[in-house]
Formats: sequence, C-alpha cells, structure tokens
Amino acid sequence: MNEKIIYLDNAASAPIRQEAIDSMISVLENCYGNPSGAHKMARKARRLIDDARDVLSFGLGCDPKEIIFTGGGTEADNLAIFGVHGTRGGTVIASSTEHHAVLEPVQRLGGKLIRVSEDGSLDLGHLSSLMDEEVRLVSVGLVNGETGVIQDLEKIAEIIKSQAPEALLHTDAVQAFPWLDVASSAKCADLISIAGHKFGAPKGVGALVVREGIEISPMQLGGGQELGIRSGTQNTAAIVAMAAAASVTVAERENTVERVAKLRDALADKLQEIPHSYETGVELENGKVDRSNKIVGSCHFCFAGIESEALLFMLEQENILASAASSCSSGAQDPSHVLAAMGYSRDLAGGSLRLSLGHATTREEINIAMEAVPKFIEDLRKTGS
Amino acid sequence: MSGGVDSSVAAGLLQKEGYEVTGVTLKLWGGPSDTGCCSVSDVTDARRVADNLEIEHHVFNFGDEFEDHVVGPYVRSHAEGLTPNPCIECNRHLKFDKLMRRANALGFDLIATGHHARVVKSNEGLAVARGADSSKDQSYVLHMLDQQQLRQLKLPLGEMKKTEVRDIAASMNLRVAGKPDSQDVCFISNVKGSRKKFLEQRIDLRPAKVLDKEMRTVGQVDSIEMVTIGQRKGLGLSGQGDPKYAVEINTEKATVTVGEKSELYCDTTNVKDLRWAGLPYPGKVEVQTSAHGRTAPASITSMVEWAEPHVRVAPGQSLVFYDGDLVVGSAIAL
Repeated sequence: MNEKIIYLDNAASAPIRQEAIDSMISVLENCYGNPSGAHKMARKARRLIDDARDVLSFGLGCDPKEIIFTGGGTEADNLAIFGVHGTRGGTVIASSTEHHAVLEPVQRLGGKLIRVSEDGSLDLGHLSSLMDEEVRLVSVGLVNGETGVIQDLEKIAEIIKSQAPEALLHTDAVQAFPWLDVASSAKCADLISIAGHKFGAPKGVGALVVREGIEISPMQLGGGQELGIRSGTQNTAAIVAMAAAASVTVAERENTVERVAKLRDALADKLQEIPHSYETGVELENGKVDRSNKIVGSCHFCFAGIESEALLFMLEQENILASAASSCSSGAQDPSHVLAAMGYSRDLAGGSLRLSLGHATTREEINIAMEAVPKFIEDLRKTGS
Repeated sequence: MSGGVDSSVAAGLLQKEGYEVTGVTLKLWGGPSDTGCCSVSDVTDARRVADNLEIEHHVFNFGDEFEDHVVGPYVRSHAEGLTPNPCIECNRHLKFDKLMRRANALGFDLIATGHHARVVKSNEGLAVARGADSSKDQSYVLHMLDQQQLRQLKLPLGEMKKTEVRDIAASMNLRVAGKPDSQDVCFISNVKGSRKKFLEQRIDLRPAKVLDKEMRTVGQVDSIEMVTIGQRKGLGLSGQGDPKYAVEINTEKATVTVGEKSELYCDTTNVKDLRWAGLPYPGKVEVQTSAHGRTAPASITSMVEWAEPHVRVAPGQSLVFYDGDLVVGSAIAL
C-alpha cells in the first residue's frame, strides 16, 4: 500500500495553508485580548480583524464594511436567507442543487426550488416562471459542491432585475473561492457567502458579504459585534488566518488553476475510459469532453454497477481519501439530491465519486489515483457489490 | 455495530482473540421515528466504542434496501392483515445478504454480530442453535441462514449470559456497558400509538366492524390493519361479558370476528415457504411462533400438526422448528 495520504477531498476541506497557521499561532500567543475591549491589546485585536476585512475585501470585490464575519459557511448562508427574509419577507427561492445550508432555510421559509438541466446549470426558463412580485430573495450557488458546475450569475441577475426588481441575489461562493475570481464572477450578487476551510483556513470561520444599503436582520443578538448583524466575540485568530489564506489563494490562483486543470483533465480523461462511466457537468462534442463549465478542482463521475461506499472503502485502503455525495451527520453517504435534480437515476447516483483536487495536489498523487480508481471499479463490478 | 452493548462486546472479544476487526454500523433509517438501531446517537455510540477498541469504524447507508426489503413489506403486510416480522427480513436481506456481499467485495473473510445464538456443527454441516442465555436467545431471527452464510458468520456471544456480556463490557471500559437493550421494531418509536401513526402516513387505515359468531355487530375498530389474531384489548368490547378475542380478520370485508378463548386454539396451522435445514424431520419438533415465545411440539407434514391444541398463529408470523437447541426448519403461517 502506498504510505502517503493522497488527499482528493479538497471540496470537503482543503489542507491548511502554512501562512494561515503561522498568523493564527501568532494571534493565539500574543493577541488574546477581546477585540471589543478598550485597552491596547484589545485595540490590537480589533485592528487585526479590520486588516483582515481589508484583505478579504479585495478577494471578494466589496467594501470592507460590507463583510460580516461568521462562524462558517453554513452560518453565512443561514444569515443571508433568514436575514433578508427578516427585513423583506416575501418568497425565497433557490436552486434545487444548493448545499443543505441553503436548502434547509429555504424550505423552512416555505420557499420554492428552481430546476437545473442535466448538465447542472440552472434552468433559466424555470427561474423566469417562478419570478413574481412576491419574490424577495434568490439564492444560487456560484459553484456546486458536488459536481463543481459553475453558474452564470450575470444571466441570473438580469432575469431577477427585469422580472422581480425587489428581489436580491445571494450566492453561496464557498466552493468557488479557491478557483474563481469571486470579485468578478459574483459582482452582480447582493450577498455572498464564503467559508475559510475550503481555501486553507481553519474550520469555524466564514464571512457574508452584504452590499451597502441592504438591511438584514441579525440571527443572534448580544454585544452588537459585526455591525450588530452577528453578535458574539470575534474569533480573532481564525479571522486573521482566513485573511492570510485568502491572500495567498488569490495571489496564486491563476497559477494554481493552470496547474490543477492539467492534473484534473488527465485524471478525468482516464476515468472516461472506464466503461459505463458518466462525468457530470460536462459537454461531449465530437468525442471531446468540454469541462469549461466546471471548476478545475472537480473530477466527478457516476459509475454504473458499483456503490460509492464500497469504492471509497477500497480507495481508503490505498490511502486515497475522497468522497461521494455530501456526508450526513452519521458519516454515512446519503443519496445525492444534486444528482437527483440533474436527472440521474438513484442507482447511478449511488455509484458517484467526487475526487476534488486542491492547491497542494501533486502529479504523483493523480498518477496513483488514475491507476487505483479503474482497478477498484473493475474489482467491484466483478464481485457484483 | 448497532451502538448497543452486545455488538460492542462482540467486537471487543474478537479483537482480543486476535482477529483484525473493522466495525460497521448500518444506517438503515433516518425518519422522524428514528429511535432504534439506526439513530445518529447510536452511530455515535458505535463509533466511540470502536475508538475505544482502536478499530476502524465505517457507516454504510443501506437505507434504500431497508425501505425495499423491510419497511415496504412491513407496511404491505399490515395492509393485508398479516403480522410481519421485520427483524427477520432485516437479517435476511440486510445483515446477511447485502452486508455480507459488501464484506466479501471489500476483502473481509467473516462477519460477526452480537446476536445471542450459536453456529454449531450438524449433520448438514453447520446449523443455527440457541444461545446460552435462553431469555435472550435470538436464534429465531437467524433461522433462515444457509450453509454459505453460516460458514462466514461469527457469533461471539453465543455461549454467554447477558449479565456476563455486561460484565465484559464494564471490564473493557466500554461506554455502552449500561445501555438498555433495544426492543421492538427499530424504525417505529416505542411511544404508545407510534405504530398506528407510522402506518397512517403510508397506507389508508380502514375502520372495521367487530362481529360475533352470529355475525352481529358488537363493536368497531378504527383500523383493521392494526388488529392481530388473538388480540383482546382495543376492540371496543369492554364491559360486554366474558373476554373476547379476535379470531378472524377479513381485510376485504373489513370485519373482525371475535370469539371465546377456546376458539383461538387449533390442531393444525397451514403454512407456506416450508424449509428444512437438512432432510425433513419425520418425528416431532419443537415449534416457536414468535421471537421470544415458548415452543410447542408438533409434527410437520405439509402443515404444522400440533401435538396439543395450540393458540392460533397470526398469519405472516414465522414458525421456527427446533430439535433441542438446533434450528432444523421453518415456515410462515398462512
């Protein structure tokens, strides 16, 4: 067995950037004052948080004052949806392939879901048909967590503006940030969620961008931190680490994308050779696979006649760590709502595999995965499990 | 590993014996009535026990198969007025088919469970036999295992009393040593009225007339699907003289006929799916008609011929035949 961990689950959590660790430790050791306090260590903490806000504002294409730090992506999504609904009421609608952090709040508010096409892109006709003057918020993720499919937010924003001018656009950009220039891709969004652990910061920290002039109601009340929108003592060290990770992510993004695209394409081309394999979110033209509608970190397939859990188990025996659909709280693999929405049968969706690459993924790791995955699939198909 | 004390101890014992053990918890169910062997808190218990033992632990989601082979048939059986046994179907289709195939595919040699039963040598090769703790014996729900399944099965608790199992759990410092035994149907909560609520969500429950032998209406039940042969309570008859029992259920006509206790007794029980572990037994066997019921002697021809009049077996129930402790055959009551 190969000794080293081959980590192909970056979409679940990316490895932590050294810059994030260093900055975090420094804060933990030297700047433990409460950022809401008055003395000099408190003021220092406050300054670090505001500096972090400045750094992130570049990556997000917003004013620093528009950033609300949260305890992660789920909290940012919840705050966006309940927060907007709290001040504006009306109908909330979301793409049917959103993360549960969006779907659950939308369902709680009795909202509606927008269909997607087979390739995972939003069904704009259906979006149009759902638009009426009651709609106050539309939530469409910039990049899907399972399939890596990118949505065209510009087009979506146009439809919203022309048919429901009162409605705001929220985008969960949690999966987008490592790969896309969110500042431009999500420029048209009124609210943007990000999560630190997807791009090299620790878990438990994220942010919500709320464009100036938009009022949202807070979900937790208290000391009035984060402009009164998100009370609770800020996690200085995690916020600083997130800014450090964002900074290096943005600086290296172009190079990372170019390098990882080659690795992903090699891997996906290899998996295309497996009989009865279906790569999601791609277009096939004259035998060529067009993956331009996906982020380059995503290699996502469904394999007929196998079960994800068995495949993942075998990959793990070779130290290859990956996932299938989103994991439920028990750790079991739940059937994918994303693939169901894209029209994949439950059986085929049950054989899905998400290999998600990251900034640290190497050619050597991809070579090992390219050999292991086809072999295990063949083995599993032979045993009929 | 269900997160209960039995499977936890089974894992611990095998590990002590030197087996390379991997813990698996099946996620079978996630509905609102999630109280039994498949709830998230039980998965956590199982995982923490595995951590304790320093073995790997995985959760397999067999929810679709559970729906297809256990929950769906359970509901349909009730709709037909039968009394199903979902634990048997779960063992048959999930633990000893689906999981066994998965285990084989992943390169495991054996699977082990915390059932109180034994695998013993017999004329046919191997057979299921009662566990040493007669009050906890689970051979009834394992009766259907074939030679291939038995060859790959370890039941480390078969020779033990439950009290010993709890003592071992305590001595191994397993956090579940004092956890209460699970019971009843795992996908339906133990709270009173839950079974009805569960069935209501899936089928239309129909009211039925309660008739006496002369076909006079003497009462009413609000759902015929909830009535079982031999049932006395809940028929709306209280205060009407001698106790009466459901002796016939006709789901088509939506009637329940009640009668005296003596009418519940019968000399024979018609069966289907009659199956012997080896050659048919010409003589008498002991027949058990429910998971923890007593046995009664009978001869098995094309039907079960009771040595003494026997209380009627609810259609759909499994009848398991024993020779001493050994499971020798089975059938399903018609």
